[in-house]
Amino acid sequence: MKATATHATTAAARRRFDTGRIVVWGGYALLFAVAPLVFTSNLDRSILTQIGVAIVACLSYNMLLGQGGMLSFGHAVYTGLGTFVAMHALLGIGDGSFPIPVSLIPLVGGFAGMGFAVVLGYVTTKKAGTPFAMITLGLGELVTAMSLMIPEFFGGEGGVSANRVVGQPILGISYGPQIQVYYLIAIYTLVCTVAMYAFTRTPLGRMLNATRDNPERVQFIGYSTQRVRFFSFIVAGFFAGVAGGMYALNFEIATFEVVGAGRSGLYLLFTFLGGATFFFGPIIGAVLMVLGFALFSEVTQAWQLYLGLIFLLMVMYAPGGIASLIMMNVRVAAYRKLHRLWAWYALLAATGLFMLVGVAALIEMVYRLQLESGSGSTLRYLGFTLDTQGTASWLGALAVAAVGFVVFELVRRRFVRAWETIEGEIEATAALKEPAS
Amino acid sequence: MTATPYAVELKDLRKSFGKTEIIRGANLAVAPGERVGIIGPNGAGKSTLFNLISGRFGPTSGQILLNGKRIDGLPPYQINRLGLARSFQITNIFGRLSVFENLRCGLLWAMGYRYAFWKFLADLRDANERATQLLAMIGLQHKRETLAVNLTYAEQRALEIGITIAGGADVVLLDEPTAGMSKSETARFIELIREVTVGKTLLTVEHDMGVVFGLADKIAVLVYGEVIAFDVPAAVRANPRVQEAYLGSVLADHQAADAH
Repeated sequence: MKATATHATTAAARRRFDTGRIVVWGGYALLFAVAPLVFTSNLDRSILTQIGVAIVACLSYNMLLGQGGMLSFGHAVYTGLGTFVAMHALLGIGDGSFPIPVSLIPLVGGFAGMGFAVVLGYVTTKKAGTPFAMITLGLGELVTAMSLMIPEFFGGEGGVSANRVVGQPILGISYGPQIQVYYLIAIYTLVCTVAMYAFTRTPLGRMLNATRDNPERVQFIGYSTQRVRFFSFIVAGFFAGVAGGMYALNFEIATFEVVGAGRSGLYLLFTFLGGATFFFGPIIGAVLMVLGFALFSEVTQAWQLYLGLIFLLMVMYAPGGIASLIMMNVRVAAYRKLHRLWAWYALLAATGLFMLVGVAALIEMVYRLQLESGSGSTLRYLGFTLDTQGTASWLGALAVAAVGFVVFELVRRRFVRAWETIEGEIEATAALKEPAS
Repeated sequence: MTATPYAVELKDLRKSFGKTEIIRGANLAVAPGERVGIIGPNGAGKSTLFNLISGRFGPTSGQILLNGKRIDGLPPYQINRLGLARSFQITNIFGRLSVFENLRCGLLWAMGYRYAFWKFLADLRDANERATQLLAMIGLQHKRETLAVNLTYAEQRALEIGITIAGGADVVLLDEPTAGMSKSETARFIELIREVTVGKTLLTVEHDMGVVFGLADKIAVLVYGEVIAFDVPAAVRANPRVQEAYLGSVLADHQAADAH
């Protein structure tokens, strides 16, 4: 008995250093290292930097949402206040009143976020569930209102700006060039990701999961659910603040929007899209968030409309987000059945794309008609010229969308059946593998 | 009062919900190591009594003492830290955690790890060994990594008991531990409960008289929120007040079953 127990613990300890983990984390670090060598323009590198910031923000948000079952509508309060405090620290470095290295600015943001999480989180985490969500919403509005009432700290409408190239360069690093900021933020992002992952393997991290699953029972095994939520909230506040501090370094300006409900909503939306049930889900969400703003907004003015549509479909058909879709397919692949799905995926993609072409044409025409009618009635769309005044364009787009929808839906239904068959086979195999009770 | 205080003592305990008084002056004194079955007709307040002792509700008036210390009005987690654990009638486990994680969660506080976020669970050798032992005790070694939600009902009931005893509390309250189990499962399960609660003070609420007599040395009869009898089974059976309250039904049934 004792021998097996000891064996189990050492095995568990060893597992922490196994090759799989080294490959995953090594690959993650490598991506950060080489990304700016592939994307070399200043704009690209700024986008990469923003991705780092967003990853830390979304991961810290998921400590609440995915790991603690706490639906917060006000996470930007902690990232945003971290940003503002970091801006003032940066100004302090500039005028000599706060002599610390610029590299530590994200930590200043972190401690600020943590401090505000201690004060505001104490109230917030008294409750769980819907009351928790309501309190975060209220506090978010409160802080946004305050940000306009206290221009001395928040800088009013114009915000606060500062220069990151201050103080003496250390080892030639002045943070003037974007690449230097990028690598600083990449290091912070890596360390924060590792730290937040480590948190999930600690007693508090596990009790946070337990509190999410069954708060009542937690009370009867010695834990105060309020404390579990509160302490976790503080940890999440710290990492949110670090993200805020990194934001300050990257943009060198903070306006009241950084604490606003809009930003909080984006954290929620993209963490959910990425997948709240897996640790790495929010990383995917963060990448999509930055790319969405930076790239898709170039493609179409109406990109947020598409975003809303994707979010809606995701909630309805894949509530576990992209991460869960990936993991479901990884499972199918592990049982060597993925090859049976390729054809389905190709069909789904083709019919989905066809439907999207029609739907997008409609959206673009409506958008032009309602919001940009000044730019004329015709627009270029995928090589076609659409006319918002012409019946043919509307009918054509409508027909493509309708046919696309019908075909897609037919394919989708058959796909679901194929998927369920495979799932059934996997369950049967798994049941056989399990030792009999 | 004797030198060693009672493990659990209720003094004129009362609890009202609105205008309805459910517990009406209950008195009970359970010595350490005693195994008590609490019986009574439906609506007698058995579950309410457990909820009061374990801190789910605060009493309206009266006192509850655990090893001589007042615990009435304390939150459940503080009562648990003082050495009282309970199970639930409706299975109350951590569905999305593995069986092993469920058990480990049950003992983290008792082993002093509290809210630690600077230690890895994998490094907590003593906690992991104890959780593995518990896993063997409740006979779920082969389900170590299974998510609790995917267990069979009987396995979930066993896990429920496992979480309850994980922290090593010396007073254990079991609320209908065999509810919803088949006869053969029940027999095996009683054996299990006996094994894992050796040396503990045990309070059990049960409808199944076979379970009560299988687990308890003493019976407390709760009728309309009062403990009308508390004694060894034979004396309780002979008690005229008990016979009157039950109109002979439940105990007579059991005696009849015994006679077979």
